[in-house]
Amino acid sequence: MSAIFQIAGIGIVIAMIHSVLKQMGKEDMAHWVTLIGFVVVLFMVVRLLNELFQEIKTIFLFQ
Amino acid sequence: MEMIQIVGLGLMATVLILVVREQKPMFAFLLAAFTGIFIFLYLIGKIEIVITVLEDLANRSGIPSIYLKTILKIIGIAYIAEFGAQIVRDAGQEGIASKIEFAGKVFILVMAVPIISVIVETVIGLLPDGS
Repeated sequence: MSAIFQIAGIGIVIAMIHSVLKQMGKEDMAHWVTLIGFVVVLFMVVRLLNELFQEIKTIFLFQ
Repeated sequence: MEMIQIVGLGLMATVLILVVREQKPMFAFLLAAFTGIFIFLYLIGKIEIVITVLEDLANRSGIPSIYLKTILKIIGIAYIAEFGAQIVRDAGQEGIASKIEFAGKVFILVMAVPIISVIVETVIGLLPDGS
């Protein structure tokens, strides 16, 4: 439940950092920050997806 | 009152997605996927209870377990295919979503082949000889 707020918060904070770094003229740094934030969130999503698939496997597919 | 919780979760996630999409569409997509997975994971626990009852009924009535297994597998494939297709469709990839649904249909057909062959054999057994 709190993970949804976490992801939304990460997205907003990353967007803020991105715009700040852009204003400072560090364009490449800004892109790296975005990429790292994206990877972190992707990791969270993939972990939950893995949990879901394991659950489906044990319930429906008898494995 | 779990239904209200789910609806509230969905509305809240939608508002958050709308806020985030302004800045970073990638995060909005991941947030949508995460919310979908979260709700699905919540529902899986409920489905498990129903499945347990179904298994119990099938055991009592003496239906060969292979039939129930096949049906449950088909339901599982349908759920997964629908879920994946909807997430991909949300991201705007209509073509890939259609292919996922098509793959789900093909796999369900493959699963159903043994049952269909059993039905055909039963029908052939019912027919009188020499016809």
